[in-house]
Amino acid sequence: MTATGQPAAPAGTDERLLRTSPLRRLLGRPELGSVVGAVAVFLFFTIVADSFLQSSSLGTVLYAASTLGIMAAPVALLMIGGEFDLSAGVMVTSSALISSMFSYQMTANVWVGVFVSLLVTLGFGAFNGFMLTRTKLPSFIITLGTFLMLTGLNLGFTKLISGTVSTKAIGNMEGFSSARKIFASYLTVGGVELKVTILWWAVLVAVATWILLRTRFGNWIFAVGGEADAARAVGVPVVRTKIGLYLGVAFAAWVSGQHLLFSYDVVQSGEGVGNELTYIIAAVIGGCLITGGYGSAIGSAVGAVIFGMTSKGIVYAEWNPDWFKFFLGAMLLLATLLNAWVRKRAEATK
Amino acid sequence: MGAVLAAVLGASLMGCSSTGGKRAEERAAKQAAEGRSAVNTPRWTFAMVTHSGDGDTFWDIVQKGAQQAADKDNINFLYSHNDEGQQQAELVQTAIDKKVDGLIVSLAKPDSMKTVVAKAVKAGIPVITVNSGSAESKAFGALTHIGQDESIAGEAVGDELGGRGRKKALCVLHEQGNVGHEQRCAGAKKTFDGTMQNLYVDGTNMPDVQASIEAKLSADKSIDAVVTLGAPFAAAAVKAKKTAGSKAEIDTFDLNASVAAGLSDETLGFAVDQQPYLQGYEAVDLLWLHRFNKNVLGGGRPVLTGPQIITAADADQLAEYTDRGTR
Repeated sequence: MTATGQPAAPAGTDERLLRTSPLRRLLGRPELGSVVGAVAVFLFFTIVADSFLQSSSLGTVLYAASTLGIMAAPVALLMIGGEFDLSAGVMVTSSALISSMFSYQMTANVWVGVFVSLLVTLGFGAFNGFMLTRTKLPSFIITLGTFLMLTGLNLGFTKLISGTVSTKAIGNMEGFSSARKIFASYLTVGGVELKVTILWWAVLVAVATWILLRTRFGNWIFAVGGEADAARAVGVPVVRTKIGLYLGVAFAAWVSGQHLLFSYDVVQSGEGVGNELTYIIAAVIGGCLITGGYGSAIGSAVGAVIFGMTSKGIVYAEWNPDWFKFFLGAMLLLATLLNAWVRKRAEATK
Repeated sequence: MGAVLAAVLGASLMGCSSTGGKRAEERAAKQAAEGRSAVNTPRWTFAMVTHSGDGDTFWDIVQKGAQQAADKDNINFLYSHNDEGQQQAELVQTAIDKKVDGLIVSLAKPDSMKTVVAKAVKAGIPVITVNSGSAESKAFGALTHIGQDESIAGEAVGDELGGRGRKKALCVLHEQGNVGHEQRCAGAKKTFDGTMQNLYVDGTNMPDVQASIEAKLSADKSIDAVVTLGAPFAAAAVKAKKTAGSKAEIDTFDLNASVAAGLSDETLGFAVDQQPYLQGYEAVDLLWLHRFNKNVLGGGRPVLTGPQIITAADADQLAEYTDRGTR
């Protein structure tokens, strides 16, 4: 996971080239604090909720974590690059709507709709990145605009094309069953239902981690998030990097959107609003800084697991749902505080 | 130890309402059934999972009815809700994981719920659907559906509007994506001899609801009737009508205390009640009957709790119950 140590440098050279011990390197990882938080949340719900530890419950928690984690990984990369994407939540719905309606209206094989949707969703991502780098406005504003526009487009187009607020069923069309296998199937392993989204999630996190730690693009992400002007001065292609990050979010939104469509066959045009904050929360619990330049993709996965455990654990514990949001908020604050505390301790020992 | 403590805390929280200033009188009203069941059947656990948003008046009444029946039937009653289809399906999954003895679900978004309800049925959990999903209930393997047929309810509204000599109506949908709401407006459109158009608003944001209706009424002075699909939205529509200086009659689906008062002083035309209390109460009671005696009500057809058209004449008698938050 971490970069291999350089050969020991002779005395008097750059301190960045010094060899560090594996334990030191582990303690310095951004996601360490969130792992401690995850263990704490897990133990807590194991104690207070009887049905939390059943294998079927763990399948449910993992599924909840995966649907969030698929989005949290690219959002974490984007945040390391110093930007936000508030349109990510509704973009998922847009992507599902486009696939479904294109296939239905054109009476095309469902896979055609899936690929058209990929192109259009990537177009939304490119629009975000392009507007951001062209206008120099903060990404918060740009993507807030995209968020509102997409919300309106989702509803407007769906009503215009389908005549109702949800899409028509495409379950009997060609290609649906094969697409369902790819995006929304599950296998049962020892009584636990594992959804395919867990696999998608693992692959996306692995790819994101590889990009971040092993490629030139990964270095660029850290550079533009840390200090964009300095990065530009040393020749980092800031514009390309940021557009690339938005494309990453759009790609994940496409995967999530296809999962929604092929799980439920019909898409509601009004959903997805508010989820963008959940993605950001997962990334932040996982050790990303709101200010950019620091974080990890693995952390976003741990953050998604914490969120999944908390949101489902509260239900397994049979707490009154009126207080649900309060507990969720309190748990997330505690997890993030613990995370920050562990990070401080780890840095102090360097 | 901790689990026991959490269960005790949970149960005590369940008993108390979080809706503010009515607590004292509610306590008085509830004392009759507080913690005392009328049967000696084992303590079964029933879960209810609805598509309600946070802080929804209508579902609060459904929950009260269900809780009342649960107290009476010695049931451990669990309630959870989420307005996103996928999340609601996950909540049903958690109930299956908990191996509950009975399940009550609302099918506002039937396609999201299809797989998970089938899973519950397969796991041998008796399922009853409430409020929305009368068309899908049977196909999904539920015992019974309790609610009002939204199309029939809508048609009743269209007739009533026509009978009141209205020409141009506005149908205000506050829960985007709710198929039942679409059916209501479509039903009203079908039987109404004037013209009717739909207006979508964000039901979780009351100022926005008011502003949207206001804008519409200001822009089109010929609108002479506004139909809202939930009791709290009627009040917003009345305010919007005042600021827009419109002459439209405000009518609404569902009841609450302020709608009852509005009907009495004629700021509102009529209300269409579907008796939410009955939906919650009957759902729990029928599940109990099914576990106790394998009874099923409805003969394979939905058990209808509405529509009931309520006008100024009936409102006075209901005021006592709307104040209590059970009508």
